[in-house]
Amino acid sequence: MMIKVNGENREDFDGKTLSELLCGLGYKTSYIAVEMNGDIVKKDSYSTVVLNDGDSLEVVNFVGGG
Amino acid sequence: MTPSYEEFERVMTERHTRPVYDKLKSARVAIAGLGGLGSNIAVSLTRAGVGELMLVDFDRVDLSNLNRQQYEISDLGRYKTDALSEKLTRINPYITLTRKTVKVTAENAVGIFGGFGIVCEAFDRADMKAMLINTLLCECRDTIIVSGSGMAGYLSSNTIKTKRALDRLYICGDTVTDSADVNGLMAPRVAICANHEANMIIRLILGEKEV
Repeated sequence: MMIKVNGENREDFDGKTLSELLCGLGYKTSYIAVEMNGDIVKKDSYSTVVLNDGDSLEVVNFVGGG
Repeated sequence: MTPSYEEFERVMTERHTRPVYDKLKSARVAIAGLGGLGSNIAVSLTRAGVGELMLVDFDRVDLSNLNRQQYEISDLGRYKTDALSEKLTRINPYITLTRKTVKVTAENAVGIFGGFGIVCEAFDRADMKAMLINTLLCECRDTIIVSGSGMAGYLSSNTIKTKRALDRLYICGDTVTDSADVNGLMAPRVAICANHEANMIIRLILGEKEV
């Protein structure tokens, strides 16, 4: 049971929601964008998307300044 | 005296070659935020000969902007859209400029940026960056975004890089240094990051998808 997050394998999130994973990894949802299996995920779907074995996530975290 | 359109054409064609200049001249780019990133990006794209820029910012020029943004004392209190478009016109009067003096929200972003193949994210706040990028990636399926994240302080110049973070999202910066955590923003690193963004935009215009 593996979920890939930014290229790293994570074992403990199978069956959990995307929100639970993001919270567990310390992300603040207002500062990020998430691609799941190549598709951007809408922010209001984070709490309903359930993670399955083999899912691949890219999480981009933005910092301030410009 | 302002040089003629034909003189600009001759010099730009000699500099870039005709095929490259023609692509730049027919390109349209939207710039979201006209601060340290956006004002520098707009100047570079104008000098490169990009044919049409849409300049988007709700704010006015403040004294605290002059340490890194392309404004001057005579611009203080003016809308950034107005001050910057005048500056760009003094550099090249033959490009097309559109000004949108409006605060971008999740509700109005598609109306403002929809129809632009390349959008440059140049906001200051992390939540605003995320809001614009999420909205456009979800709602505008043909739009590519070039964003800036992580350029505060005076860390090594060499920490600033261009990455293809998602399929339609390029990020320029060190991705970690938050302006809230270090002693502010300084002209050199902001301009380095801005020109990473500007160069990635030019690469996309010229058909190069890799960073």
